[in-house]
Amino acid sequence: MTETTLTHSGQTEPRPAGWQGIAADWSSDQRAFKNVSWGKAMMWIFLLSDTFVFGCFLLSYMTARMSTRVPWPNPSEVFALRIGGSDIPLILIAIMTFVLISSSGTMAMAVNFGYRRDRRKTAILMLLTAVLGATFVGMQAFEWTKLITEGVRPWGNPWGAAQFGSSFFMITGFHGTHVTIGVIFLVIVARKVWRGDYDTGRPGFFTSRKGHYENVEIMGLYWHFVDLVWVFIFAFFYLW
Amino acid sequence: MAEATANGLGQHALHAAHEAPATGVADADVHQEHPIKLYLVVWAWLFILSACSYMVDYFGVHGYLRWSLILIFMMLKAGLIVAVFMHMAWERLALTYAIILPPVLVLVFVAMMVFEADYTLLTRTSFFGAGP
Repeated sequence: MTETTLTHSGQTEPRPAGWQGIAADWSSDQRAFKNVSWGKAMMWIFLLSDTFVFGCFLLSYMTARMSTRVPWPNPSEVFALRIGGSDIPLILIAIMTFVLISSSGTMAMAVNFGYRRDRRKTAILMLLTAVLGATFVGMQAFEWTKLITEGVRPWGNPWGAAQFGSSFFMITGFHGTHVTIGVIFLVIVARKVWRGDYDTGRPGFFTSRKGHYENVEIMGLYWHFVDLVWVFIFAFFYLW
Repeated sequence: MAEATANGLGQHALHAAHEAPATGVADADVHQEHPIKLYLVVWAWLFILSACSYMVDYFGVHGYLRWSLILIFMMLKAGLIVAVFMHMAWERLALTYAIILPPVLVLVFVAMMVFEADYTLLTRTSFFGAGP
């Protein structure tokens, strides 16, 4: 019943364009996000808060790097891999970037097939996304192992400024955690799609509310955000 | 939904509109339906841009050119992901501004921390000497 009362705000009268429209949407005792469901709006607001979390991590990294008198280790050399007798700079990170971007591509297509009610393709594409995400986490585990055996610690490393280790483990660790959580939820939502939960209106295990195919898009928002954060980490931490 | 495909989606939209009053908010009106080709094109562009930013490091570009190239490729990639993959380009402006504007304020924080870091470095240099 509460759902039906909310529905009415879904139908809106025409609004002026531009800033006047924004002011009209936000003012005087009404629902601000007219045609956006609560699930999607709340996911966006969660992602906004997560943006600030990662923003603070990157900021503290910037502050540490700018304020140290000791030279910063050169990431191009630190993350180089020896393949076929020669050091290729940053190659593992580049492959990780391509893997994560590919997973974003498959996720975007899964959302699309979800709205077309193509359960099979949606579930397969979501599982493919999860596999690519798991590959990413695996490569990150390899990278951590390599750096730890080379002597990188949160309090020091063989090449330069001690803050390198703490920034690295904090930023990539937190991002890897996000990817891992994303993989788990991808598998859960893919199973629900495969079983047809969103067609039969089967209640969810946690909220016991009926799901919709929009849940796939909300899941996709989270996954694209994880990819988005990696874009910034790649630029500021690995390339800078 | 100007971009909706011809895949019998018109019928589906009709169905959704018919159903909306009964099922509630989530199914209400706007579904994000675009041709698959759009996602493949964006995917290809993200690959190209990533390759470009990797090339910046591979060929050892340095100085202001390096930093500006990194930032340009980063912003282009972030823009493509948010606009197309996350469908922000088709959302209502009230939501877009509510989500896109606050992160811009982080730049104020960046400016504050740049001053703070400069000050810390200055103090460290004058108290502990020029370097180890």
